[in-house]
Amino acid sequence: MNESETLPAGAPKPIFDRLVNEAHAIGKEVLAANAADVDRLARFPNESIDALRRARLLSAYVPKAFGGMGLNVVQIAKVCEVFGQYCGSSAMIYAMHKIQVACVVHHAQGSPYFQSYLRQLVDEQRLMASATTEMGVGGDLRSSICAVEVEGDSFRLTKKAPVISYGEAADDILITCRKSPNAPASEQVHVLVRRGDYTAEPLSTWDTLGFRGTCSTGFTVTSHGKAAQILPTPFADILAQTMHPFSHIVWSSLWSGIAIDALNQARAYVRTEARKTPGETPLNAIRLAEVDRVLQEMRNNVATFTHEYHDLLMHAPREALTSFGFSIRTNNLKLSASQLIVDIVGRAMLICGISGYRNDSKYSIARHLRDAYGAALMVNNDRIMKHNATMLLVHKEG
Amino acid sequence: MNHLAAIRQILAQHGRLSVNVDTLNDDSDLYVAGLTSLATVGVMLALEDQFNIEFPESMLSRRTFASLDAIAEAVDELATPSSSKVPVGT
Repeated sequence: MNESETLPAGAPKPIFDRLVNEAHAIGKEVLAANAADVDRLARFPNESIDALRRARLLSAYVPKAFGGMGLNVVQIAKVCEVFGQYCGSSAMIYAMHKIQVACVVHHAQGSPYFQSYLRQLVDEQRLMASATTEMGVGGDLRSSICAVEVEGDSFRLTKKAPVISYGEAADDILITCRKSPNAPASEQVHVLVRRGDYTAEPLSTWDTLGFRGTCSTGFTVTSHGKAAQILPTPFADILAQTMHPFSHIVWSSLWSGIAIDALNQARAYVRTEARKTPGETPLNAIRLAEVDRVLQEMRNNVATFTHEYHDLLMHAPREALTSFGFSIRTNNLKLSASQLIVDIVGRAMLICGISGYRNDSKYSIARHLRDAYGAALMVNNDRIMKHNATMLLVHKEG
Repeated sequence: MNHLAAIRQILAQHGRLSVNVDTLNDDSDLYVAGLTSLATVGVMLALEDQFNIEFPESMLSRRTFASLDAIAEAVDELATPSSSKVPVGT
């Protein structure tokens, strides 16, 4: 990861600005147009993901050397924020896919198998999903019950995953498991299983308050493949250096997007009020000013951490990403953003009053609010807080 | 100074390893033996208590806790009174 030329270095500003405009256009025309239907039916947003495929956005984080766009993490975060403004579920699927792509880009580029996989991902715009949680260990990502069994140059792996977001629509799944049947629960590897090489038997359904389009059903995945599909880096390192920070960055970014859209709704509502009483600032405009400040804090928090990660990724030794200090700050970003989204969206609803509360109003904030409450429990905030409490016993701020 | 025996006992008590500490060599990889970075916190606090030392931020790394030898080296470094490192007369 220290050879920065193999990491996506970022697109030049004019090109990236055009891409952001394009993302907004896709957001308006496709994501927003289907968001209500996706939400109501708790169905996979096919139209959104197809549109992102056509725009080649599924390989946005793949370095140019492999044919991807080579956007850096700051730019990926921006794209997630844009999509969050149009459909929370589509944005979440995009963000989760990007986390998996980053794991491969950061930790498997040295392997000929994954070099060719990255090219294939670019050509076919493959969608990657993740199976980290497991029946019996719950949300503790650093422990696995299932183990990959390698024989010769092949492997077999079966995992009971309580949640695999868009598992049915994914082309490939990155699965965590023990390194071998004799390995301790914490000695994990990350294995890429490919569509056609696995069967997925549903264990549960997905009928939730929010993020309904992510279709995060549970599955028993039974898979096989080539031993080369096991990522060459221990999962502990992949988690610390990539999955953990990258997840909280892209999630917080799309949550910001949801908050931005809720506030835009509130602003539109306040404007119609203002038109009714020319020359007078409506009462709820004060509330708008108040919540706008909170949104700025949220976005600044995400931006600061994203830049820190980008700089460390590009310029610092790997050790810097495994320090307690960095891990605590990563967790703090998630804790803060997941709480602020509820706060901001809730205030936006109050500003819109009954029009925000209604499902059938153009000022409706209902979906935003339902999505917002998911943020605190995808990787439960209490678990994160406990990790920080433990690390803070010995960490000193320098 | 060699603190290996005491460190071994602390690991057994606080390391939450998935194997018996007695089966490990001094240079065995503790992460392979099930040590997690969160468990190192408990180990560190016990070491600080036992040896009356304080781990600086710079030593809170994965490498410091990679093996019994690595921990012993860190403890030795921290337990050496700083006065003995300073040339006489300063």
